[in-house]
This record gives sequence, structure tokens and C-alpha cells, in this order.
Amino acid sequence: MPTLVIAFVTVATLALAAPARAQISDGVVKIGVLNDQSGPYADITGPGSVTAARMAVEDFGAAKKNLKVEVIAADHQNKPDVGSSIARQWFDAEKVDVIVDVPTSSVALAINQVTRDKGKAFLVSGAAASDLTGKACSPNTIHWTYDTWALAHGTGSAIVKTGGDTWFFLTADYAFGHALERDTEQVVLKAGGKVLGKVRHPFPTSDFSSFLLQAQASKAKIIGLANAGADTINAIKQASEFGIVRGGQNLAGLLVFISDVHALGLEKAQGLILTEAFYWDQNDATRSWAKKFAERQRNAMPTMVQAGVYSAVLHYLKAVEQLKSDDGTKVIAKMKEMPTDDSLFGKGTVRADGRKIHPMYLYEVKKPSESKGPWDYYKLRATIPADQAFRPLNEGECPLVKK
Amino acid sequence: MAGAATGYVATAEVPAAQVLRHQAIGFVVMAGFFAAAPFFGVYPVFLMKALCFALFACAFNLLIGYVGLLSFGHAAFLGSSGYAAAHAAKIWGFAPEAAILFGTMVACALGIVIGALAIRSRGIYFANITLAFAQMVYFFSVQAKFTGGEDGIQSVPRGTLFGVLDLRQTMPMYWVVLAIFLLGFVVLYRVIHSPFGQVLKAIRENEPRAMSLGYAPEHYKLIAFVLSATLSGLAGGTKAIVFQLASLTDVYWTTSGEVVLMALLGGIGTVFGPVVGALVIITLEHFLAQLGAWLTIVQGIIFVICVLTFRRGIVGELARIIRKPL
Repeated sequence: MPTLVIAFVTVATLALAAPARAQISDGVVKIGVLNDQSGPYADITGPGSVTAARMAVEDFGAAKKNLKVEVIAADHQNKPDVGSSIARQWFDAEKVDVIVDVPTSSVALAINQVTRDKGKAFLVSGAAASDLTGKACSPNTIHWTYDTWALAHGTGSAIVKTGGDTWFFLTADYAFGHALERDTEQVVLKAGGKVLGKVRHPFPTSDFSSFLLQAQASKAKIIGLANAGADTINAIKQASEFGIVRGGQNLAGLLVFISDVHALGLEKAQGLILTEAFYWDQNDATRSWAKKFAERQRNAMPTMVQAGVYSAVLHYLKAVEQLKSDDGTKVIAKMKEMPTDDSLFGKGTVRADGRKIHPMYLYEVKKPSESKGPWDYYKLRATIPADQAFRPLNEGECPLVKK
Repeated sequence: MAGAATGYVATAEVPAAQVLRHQAIGFVVMAGFFAAAPFFGVYPVFLMKALCFALFACAFNLLIGYVGLLSFGHAAFLGSSGYAAAHAAKIWGFAPEAAILFGTMVACALGIVIGALAIRSRGIYFANITLAFAQMVYFFSVQAKFTGGEDGIQSVPRGTLFGVLDLRQTMPMYWVVLAIFLLGFVVLYRVIHSPFGQVLKAIRENEPRAMSLGYAPEHYKLIAFVLSATLSGLAGGTKAIVFQLASLTDVYWTTSGEVVLMALLGGIGTVFGPVVGALVIITLEHFLAQLGAWLTIVQGIIFVICVLTFRRGIVGELARIIRKPL
């Protein structure tokens, strides 16, 4: 008899509990963090993004809310075919519900398509391609932290407004560099600045001396670095050897992260101007979160990409909770409907084209004498308000946006 | 390439009929393995990638293993065919079979141009010249408008094969890829075991002597080079359709290096070696992805072990143990 009672109670509990989790596929919300764990973007994204995703799950209180959430991670090695086959396997065989982060635009664009075909969800934080909310926009993708448009326009207009009105461009000679230069130049001219000259350097380049001498001779107040990764780092290092910043010119990095500044050191990076969506020393909330993050990440402070992963996963879980479902397309629609609110990015929204909207900030790297301790790197030069930080909805050519 | 010299198995010692019999058994085992694998829980998309790279490694092996030419620029053929097939399928709306064929033809044409110039040199100079050409193709792909630069060509439609077979489903796509791989493999096998293949081996062993017997080594080398480029192109075009993308990874020099490692690990100059090598490398790349930063270290250790302990490669060592060429 007792067995029968127990069996009855168990069945009843299951039946009662079931509606709450009925729509969660196989009872678990599975989050896959897919990024570069060992290559050039490992410091910007990498294991830090996995930690950020785990912190979001804990802060959401998934355990208390009777929601089972699991975080897994993999290294896409910056190869689109590796990324695409991991994504397919995650969706098909391992029941992953959402993929987050994914730096390297070719990999992100490939997964954007796979996610759409499989009807799952994709939260981009690491990739910069503004096409993700433009021509390639998808009802299954949200682009969270930043994009090339925001960096080019933010840096361009905010610098001109704060006095840097003459520019010289140092551009990597391929499609990405050209696009960055073109976007920034437009904004500089529109804001009333002047472009005194530009020079194209091969991709990749290790010796920037002749290009930097041209930039120095141009006497432009701002030298815009329309390149990325190792090229930017090399250009900044060599500019410091030529004494360009001490000579009164400033470098503007169009795609530079705090981990790059950390690697360069303040001695070399001082005076560099850059745009970020997040800085750990913004306010009490970001400081306390960053402190917790650093404890788990060998004292490294979070980059904006890692902060973006936290914020995106938190908002995703809130939408899953409200919807009581982890169906990719429905959750993304819900995420666009709900206003976003978290301790790192404050209040924000997600637009119809999948673009997350929040303010961007123009920072200048401190002199070694101004810095009070490790990771105290930036001083705020300007805030770009949320409504101006990202490409206007009607200019992106996103098919999801009704004309 | 010290391992290359020891990797050759002396085919002359074994009667031809015997060679065919146990290599035929090997072929059936291999075909059976790939046909059964998806039903035993091996993920088909992963297998398709392995098959594309296996064909690529086999094509590469034709040059290194049977003509003794180490090409360090084979990514140029894989990648350019991928771009051509992706562009044809996406922009011109070609059917998948036509897109793959177009990609293969582009690789063939590129093979004629690069081959005609490269085969004039040998040894390390040959490797350097092929690398230089491959880098030219790479920089062209970075700059050209239609390749999409860093972003690559994305969301290429898979389409329907001959207007009947819907390739958007995973399994039909898998059978097509398997058929293409087996076709390429049989073509290579026939080439290696034909009189033409015998001349190639003669050139590999002693070029002046082959010349003194009345053969023109340049012609043979060029034909072998173009064949190898064409089949690499077949692999590249198929890969572009499977993954629905073409990107810079496939034209970058690391891919040229990867195929050398596949052949080396499996066994240079063996028929089945490159297939095994490709399977091992792709499996490492795929399953160790979960290990994150450890991936490159584990890959490195495996290579060091391979070079130190079995220089003939996996299949080469196996062939030595059973005393039969594989």
C-alpha cells in the first residue's frame, strides 16, 4: 500500500510540475558558449566569456526558480567550417538551445544562418560585423555588445566634438579596413572635421615606420587606426617609439579592447582614444561585478564582450522564464519585446532588426602617472547616448524591418 | 620530409593480382565504414567534412607519394574551387552539381597555370614556389569583391541535386558526398595503378633514368599536378556546398600545412593513408574543440609522437607489419 501511495504522489507531483516545464526541451536550457579559446581573440572572449555566462546563470537564480540551466563551451579556432559543424552538432545531437558570443565575423555569419535554419537562438557579443543586423539579420539572432558601425561612428563623431577635428587614416588594405575607414571618414566630415590624408598598409604588416612617418608629417591631430588585432597593436607600439603621442597627436583605435591596452601597458598605450560599450570602473554595480569576475578569472578584468555575454544570457533567461519555453524563435521575439535591465548596461531595448541598444563611451587611455593601480586605464572623454550610438533602423537594409 | 623517403612501399615485390585483391578488401572495408558510420551515432556533418578532407589529402598524396613533389600550396585549389562553387550556387543560381563542377574546373585551370610554372623546379624550391602561388591566391581572395573578404561567402544554398534530391536534408547530402569521395578515390587508384602511374613512380625514383627511357618527365609531372589540383578542387567545391560557405580559412597556408600533416600521419605513398590521416586530424579538431586552449598542445604532442615512433605513418606501419602494400 505505501508504495502505491508514493507512486501516486510522484505521478501527481510530476503532473503538476509538468506544465511549468512542459515547453523546455528535454527539461534543460542548454547554453553553448562558442568562441576563440586559444587564438588571437582568446583574451577578449575566450574562457572569460564562459565565466560570464556561468555568472549570469547564478545571478539569475536558475536553481531557485526550478529551471535547469547548463553551460557548455567549445573553441571554434576562428574557422567558419569548424564553428558551423560544432553549431550543427550542438543543435542536432546535444540539444543546445542557444549559442552565445562567437567572435570572428565569418564564423558568426555562418552560425547566424545555421541558427536560423534550425529555429534556435543566437546571441552575438564577440563579432563586430554590422551585417548581422543589416543584410544578414535574422529572427533568431540578437547582436548585443557593439558593431563596426557603432565603433566607427562613435569614435569619429565624438572625437571631432571633443576637439580632434583633423584626421589621418592608417588603413589595413582589405575590405574590413576600407569599410572602417569609409564609415569613420563620413562621420568625421559630417561632424565638421577634416581628413588630411590616408595611407593603406598591407594586411598583415609588422613594420609601420614609413606609414607612421607620413602620419606624423601630416600634423593631423588624430591618427585613425582602421585596422584590427596584431596590426593595431604593432602600430600603437611603433607610434610610441616614434614619440607620436608625446608630440601632441593622438591615436584613435577603431577596434581596440581593454585586454589589448593591458597587454600593451600604459607606457605605450597612453593617449589612445577608443570606443567601448562597457568599462569595469563605470559605477558601483560594474565594479562589484568585475571584482567577482576577476576572482574567477585570474585577476583579469572583464572586456566589454564578456560583460555583453553576461547581460545577454541574463536577458535570455528572463525571457525563457516569462515564456516558459526555450523555443529559439519565440524566445528571441520575447527578448525584443521585453525591455532589458541589468547591472552592467543599465536599461536598454532590443530593436526589431536584433540590435541591442545602449550608450557607448569614448575613452582615452591614462598616462602612467594618472593610473592608480592595475587595470585603472581609462578616463571618460564623452558618452554617446543610446539613440545615437547605433545605426538607425532604416539604414541597415534589414529585411525584417518594415519600410 | 625525411619520412617521405621511408614511406614508399616497394610495390614491385608483390604480384599485381595480389595487390589488387587485398587493396580491394581495404576499399570495401573503407566504403562500408563510411556507409555505416552515420547509423552508429557518428555525426553526419562531421563525417562529410572528414570525407572532403580525405579526398583533398588523397589528391595531395598523388603528388607527394607518387611523383615525390611536395606541394605547399594545395590550399589554393581547395579554396578557389570553394569560392567558385559558392559564388556560382549563390549568385548565379547554379544547381549544386553544376556549381561543384564549375569549382572543379576553376581549380583545374588554376592547376594548369601554377603547375606549368612550378614543375620546372624541384625539392624545396618546388615547395616554395607553390607556397608563393598559394599566397597570391590568398591575397587575391582577401582583396577581391566577390569573395567577401574576411566574411567569406555565406548562406550558400545547397539546392536539389539533378532537380530531384533535396540536399537540405542531412542524409541525402551525406550520400552525395560519400559518392563524390569514392569516385575521386577510385579515379586516383586507377591513375596510380595504370602504366601512367608506373611512369610517375619511375620519375620519383630516378628522373634522369626515366628520361633516358624516352619519357618526358615534364609532361607526366604536369598531368599529375593538374589531376591533383582538379581533385582538390572537387573536394573544395563539395565542402563549400556542404557547409554553405567559402572562407579565407580554406585558402590560407595553414590549410596547405594541414594536408601535409594528414598525408604524413596516415602514410605518404600509401593508398589508404591519407584517408586515415584526414580522419585523425579532423577528429582531433572536432572533438578536442571542447578542450579549448589544450587543442593545439594535444595536436602538437600527437605529431611529435608520430614523427618519433612511426615515421611511415599509421597505414605505412600497418603495411610494413602485414608485409603488404596498402
